[in-house]
Amino acid sequence: MFEDMAKRSASWLSGQGKSPEIVLSSRVRLARNITTFPFPPVADTDTREKVLSYVESAIDKTGHLKEGTFCTSGELTDLDMSFLMERHLISPEFLKGQSSRGLFVGKNESVSIMVNEEDHLRIQAIRSGLDIRSSWQMANKTDDQLTHSLEFDYDPSFGYLTSCPTNVGTGMRASVLVHLPGLVLTREIQKVIGRISKVGLTVRGFYGEGTDVLGNLFQISNQATLGRSEEDIIGDLERVTQQIIEYEQNSRTTLYKDAKEQIEDKIWRSLGILTHARVLTSSEVMNLLSALRLGIGMKTLARPPLGLINELLLLSQPAHLQKFYGREMNSNERDSVRAELIRSKLNE
Amino acid sequence: MLCQDCGKKEATVHLTQIVNNEKVTLDLCDECAEKRGFHSPLQGASFPLAEFLASIMDKELLKKSKNHAGQRCPRCGIAFSDFGKAGRLGCGNCYKVFRDELRELLRKIHGSDLHRGKIPPAYGDVMKPIREEKRLEEELQKAIEAENFEMAAQIRDKIKGLSRDKG
Repeated sequence: MFEDMAKRSASWLSGQGKSPEIVLSSRVRLARNITTFPFPPVADTDTREKVLSYVESAIDKTGHLKEGTFCTSGELTDLDMSFLMERHLISPEFLKGQSSRGLFVGKNESVSIMVNEEDHLRIQAIRSGLDIRSSWQMANKTDDQLTHSLEFDYDPSFGYLTSCPTNVGTGMRASVLVHLPGLVLTREIQKVIGRISKVGLTVRGFYGEGTDVLGNLFQISNQATLGRSEEDIIGDLERVTQQIIEYEQNSRTTLYKDAKEQIEDKIWRSLGILTHARVLTSSEVMNLLSALRLGIGMKTLARPPLGLINELLLLSQPAHLQKFYGREMNSNERDSVRAELIRSKLNE
Repeated sequence: MLCQDCGKKEATVHLTQIVNNEKVTLDLCDECAEKRGFHSPLQGASFPLAEFLASIMDKELLKKSKNHAGQRCPRCGIAFSDFGKAGRLGCGNCYKVFRDELRELLRKIHGSDLHRGKIPPAYGDVMKPIREEKRLEEELQKAIEAENFEMAAQIRDKIKGLSRDKG
């Protein structure tokens, strides 16, 4: 399954939209539960199966979701699952043990719905660039349409009820995936993270070996889901993201003023390695692509286009590589196939 | 530093998240990090909630829950102590059964215990005045605390107006 999907990039990685050189994507996720049924972690298999079929028929009746694919966890192999996780369509929680989970993926992957993860429904909408509002509108519209067939657990003072109380209220987690090499290189990132967390947002960075953040990618999301409206939460995230874009641009300007030669050298070397190396690990690729993305943002490089950098970021992940080539591979084999694929894509 | 999950291998993956101004860190070996799905940002890992809840479920709250130790949600059978361990509630009805404990917890997590967002279409008309009343009551409390009695009187009139509409 999904070999065709692996051959095309997801629309949220197209490199289009607002400030795509810094903001990769904007995502909104809504947690919903069908009233009277226990939440998935405690529900028995019968109940979970019932929820699954209710949601599937509700999606069928939903006008704008007509074109899409629905699959259940029973049909998915481990490789399928890893592939969907790399593609942001399912969460690590989805992989854990329990049966009778479902996934709906809409046309071009902008809207997707996980069924029986931690909550009965997790509606996700995702867009390329800084565009949290459109993501919210898409998720909200999907929620409205599903409400024609499903009644969701809702309490007048607590709002939408969820399995974990950290999601109660709007049930909404809005997030942006941002690329901040300038702030990392100038060592300003910790200060910025500190400031962001004071305004009720959460920043997540991923550290590989050493102190470098993998690919200089950070996810910023709202922490509280209760007490404020969706519009207010999104407004905050948008405002803070704008500020971060500004900080990042300032630090890039500083870098180019103080150490232009070293930075440009790093960018050109990265391009050199990516277009000539014979063995590449996925974390090495993430860091090299980060340098390329910086090069495009600073106009040191004229190509490859952002959309291709994004596509490679996804394609070089282990499960994507295996789906792309249609066979299972061990990690040594992947490292050489990865280098080959990147060389050919960049030299096209 | 050893991996905090298995306690055997050297930790090579270090994850940091700031929650409520508190730094929560996780130090894991490659294998355990992969198990938790922390391999890369493209895999959209979720931060472990057990650690997060433990950091905010303070002793007082747990003591309070002991008063209801025997109480279980009649619909799903979950006790509040189960929730303390797993960090998950069993069903929508749990929010009614453990309302007081949860109200306090929600205030700690979100800084509020009142929903101000979307109302499901079917609820809309019924709920609007009730929510408006709650909102005004909160404003009234703030005005009284700020000793702004003129504003408090105005808000009180508005609340009276609302209940007249209902009648």
